[in-house]
This record gives sequence, C-alpha cells and structure tokens, in this order.
Amino acid sequence: MNSKTSNNIATGVIYALVAAVIGILVFLLGYILWTGIPHISWHFLTSAAQSFRAGGGVRDQLFNSMYLLVLTLIISFPIALGSGIYLSEYAPNNWFTGLIRTAVEVLSSLPSVVVGLFGYLLFVIQFNMGFSILAGAIALTFFNLPLLTRSIEESLQDVSQLQREAGLSLGLSRWKTITGIVLPAAVPGILTGIILSAGRVFGEAAALIYTAGQSAPTVNYGDWNPVDPASFLNPLRPAETLAVHIWKLNTEGVTPDAAAISSGASAVLIVVILLFNLLARMLGNWMYKKMTATR
Amino acid sequence: MTKIITSNDVHLYYGKKEALHGINLDFEEHQITALIGPSGCGKSTYLRCLNRMNDLIKGVTITGSIKLENDDIYASQMDVVNLRKRVGMVFQQPNPFPFSIYENVAYGLRLAGEKDKHVLDERVETSLKQAAIWDEVKDHLYENALAFSGGQQQRICVARVLAVQPEVILLDEPTSALDPISSAKIEDTLMNIRHQYTVIIVTHNMQQASRISDKTAFLLNGDLVEFSKTEKMFIHPDDEKTSDYLNGKFG
Repeated sequence: MNSKTSNNIATGVIYALVAAVIGILVFLLGYILWTGIPHISWHFLTSAAQSFRAGGGVRDQLFNSMYLLVLTLIISFPIALGSGIYLSEYAPNNWFTGLIRTAVEVLSSLPSVVVGLFGYLLFVIQFNMGFSILAGAIALTFFNLPLLTRSIEESLQDVSQLQREAGLSLGLSRWKTITGIVLPAAVPGILTGIILSAGRVFGEAAALIYTAGQSAPTVNYGDWNPVDPASFLNPLRPAETLAVHIWKLNTEGVTPDAAAISSGASAVLIVVILLFNLLARMLGNWMYKKMTATR
Repeated sequence: MTKIITSNDVHLYYGKKEALHGINLDFEEHQITALIGPSGCGKSTYLRCLNRMNDLIKGVTITGSIKLENDDIYASQMDVVNLRKRVGMVFQQPNPFPFSIYENVAYGLRLAGEKDKHVLDERVETSLKQAAIWDEVKDHLYENALAFSGGQQQRICVARVLAVQPEVILLDEPTSALDPISSAKIEDTLMNIRHQYTVIIVTHNMQQASRISDKTAFLLNGDLVEFSKTEKMFIHPDDEKTSDYLNGKFG
C-alpha cells in the first residue's frame, strides 16, 4: 500500500468517525425535539404539574432547575476560582500539588448516586436540612467543583507566560498581575467552563433525587422573602427539578399523559441548555471586549 | 560617569549546570550598552538577573552581587516589585496586554496610584511619541493593542515601559522578531531616549550594536570575554575570540 492510499484510508476513517459522532448527536437531538416540541405550549410552561389528571405543566420544575443552577454556581464558582488560581499560579510542583490534582480527579469521577446518597445522609439527615434546594446545590457543587476548577486552571494556563512576565517586569505584584492581566485574558475560557458544568448541573437527576427531593410544593412567585417557607426563593424548600421530573414521570408517573409531558419536558431541558450555551457565549465575547478595551 | 548598575562575580546555575561563570560588568548612567554573543552564551540570562526575572524559573541559583546604585538587588530586604519599577524590561516577543493601547501604556501608572486623567493622557501621549508610534496610533488609542502589527506592538511595549519612567530599561533582543523597518524604528526610539534612561540591550544583530550602543560587552559560553567602548571593540578588539565573532567566523 503506498502512502497516498494509506492517507486516503486514514482520512476516510476519520471522516466516518466524525460523521458517526454527528449522526448520533443529530439523531438524539432530533428525536427529543421532534417528539417533545409538539407538547410545548405556553400553558405547559406556565402551569403547575398535575399528579393524577392530564394537562399538567412544568412551571415549578423549570424554575427549580434554574434556581438550583444559580445557587450551585454561587457556591461553587468562588471555590473553584480560588483553587484554580492556586493550582495554576501558586502551587509548587511537588507531591502535595499532585495529591490535590488526584483528589480533584477522583471527585469528578464519583458516581452521582453515591454523591446523592452521601448528601442525603450528611445534609438532609445529619444537618437537618431536609430535602431542600440548598442540600441539592451543595451536592451538585461536588460535581461542579472538579470540572470548574480544572477548566479555570486550564484557562489560566493558556494565558501566555509572556503576559505574566510583562506584568511582573512592569512592577506589578504577582497578585495584581494575576487579577489585572491573566484573569481578564482567561475570561472566555472560564465562561466556557461554566457553561459546560452548568449543562451537567442542569441535566443531573440521580444526585438530586436524594437531596433536593422529588416534590414540587406550590410556591408563591410574588413572595420575594427568601426566609418565608412559601417563597419561591426559599432555599430550604424541597424542589423537584426538570430532570428529576422526567425520571419520575417515566418510573412512577400515574398521569394519563405522562409520556407526553416527559417528552415535552425533555425538549424544554435541551432547548434551555442550548439557549444557555448561546447566551453565555455571547456574554463571554461581550465581557472580553469590555474588559480588554476601554470605551 | 556615574555607575548605575555594578555586578560582581555573578554566577548562575540552572540546577547543577553553571550558565554564567562569574560576570563582572558595570553599567554607566544614560548610556546604551549592548550585550552580544552567540546563542546560548548567557547574555539573556545575565540580562534577566538585573531585574530578577530569573526568579520565575525553577531551580535557578545566583551567587555574587548585583547593585542598583547602592542597593543590592538580591538582598532579602529588596522589594522585587519596586526593583522592577526601577528596572523595566522589553521582551523578544512583543507582549502587549490584551487591552486597548491607551490602557496598555497607562496601566503601570494606574497601578502606581495615578488617577488624574490629565496626567495619564499626557504621559500616554509622551510615551507613545518617545516610542515613535504616536502618529500611527493616535486615532486608535482605544482599540485592542493585539490588533496591531508585531512592530507596532513592540513599540507599544516600549511606550508601556517608558510610561512608568524607570531608571534602567532592559531590552532582550527587542527586534529579532521584527522586520527591518520596524527594527529601525525601535532603534530610533532608543536613540531618542538615551539621554534620559540607561539602556541595556541584548542583540544578535552586530550592526545594531555598532549603530546604537556606547559600550559593548561580548559574552561567550557564560564568560565575559571583552567589554569596551563600542567603536573600539568593533575596530580593534583586544581578544582574538571577539575578533573572530565580529568577523563572522562562528556564532
């Protein structure tokens, strides 16, 4: 076989593999959207779920998913940012840093059911939080932290060493070089990391079944007091998310239209994640421009 | 002439490997000194000792003494941040910050606490003029510096250093990544500022050294071979190795 033939074969194989990946993605997305979108309506998005009758919606579940995501990011982002900066900029190259990195890796490969049960025992039972958004957010932080830390560390590492030298040689302190130069340059990468981890948080179900719970009590969306039990912002109320709702409908759903609602909810989940991706990407570009050029 | 930097028996080790074998070099105020020599001779390494940029590299040990005026720059009480404010640096690869031109040049001043818009505007303009780039960028001050050509970026980097008004400016092969026209502009800049600043430049380009420098130091394999007035060195070098290098017999 001459080199031209082998080159053609290799190219063909690579194209075929890519086509397979795209094919699977298109098939999944297409199937979910095709079967789900017909069930999405304004009524579906804005009404509460029904346990026994047909015609329920996903309003509370959708909101719970968003709220949980926001809360998770509020908890995990500062921690991940700090540890990402430490690992990228300060950590000496020794066994201890290696240990931290390994720990982060292990954390990221924990099965979500295990994290969920752990959260259940520690937060829900031991700390008396009950099934609550807060317990769910802390459990999700466990997933989020490794991904986010890793992506922040990598985004910082991607900033050229020349930039650090430029800052230091100008008489900036190390901290000022990091916060004033390296971090702004890494913002698009960090945002991509947040989006990726957010997608995972949004779709997570197993860990939430035991922490945030499977019930969506009726809440008052006009009540902005987060300590009021009826408020939609109360972090200590149980909250069934969209992904948990889909799981529940498919395992023990008794509404006559369980299949339809589950398809619709799946489509909503996908669409929201896609929208979130687009929005965050635009936000990333906008922020980068804002931070790197005056006026 | 006042000596601004004096270095005495400077040895530098990367791990166990000795890269500088005891360099004695003094730099006079408001002059341009060129460091020349073949690749790997230690000229950049030596230059980076002068503002402690070698601190960033793991496993580097430095012995001997380097003084900026009367301050030992490797003394434990030396504030490295303050040292680098006094000894600025321009690198081989243009490395402007991913900010606007104005922000690049004003950044060091802002961090030093300067808030007065007029002072900043004025200093940005002066620095860009000194760096011979004002006319090209005066209408684009608020555009990202990375959008400009390599030669322009390098002059922006020079302006950025000038804006904080250091006493000494180190340049590590500032024109080796640039085209001849941009290189000539950088040389013009150096000629412009030679009476206000002490300039130490590492260069591969012997013509450049002969054009702009007052004194030249020739390094070879981590040793200082010869250090004298540029004219003298290029016409009557004392050492045969210097003569061979200048005549292109090696390096």
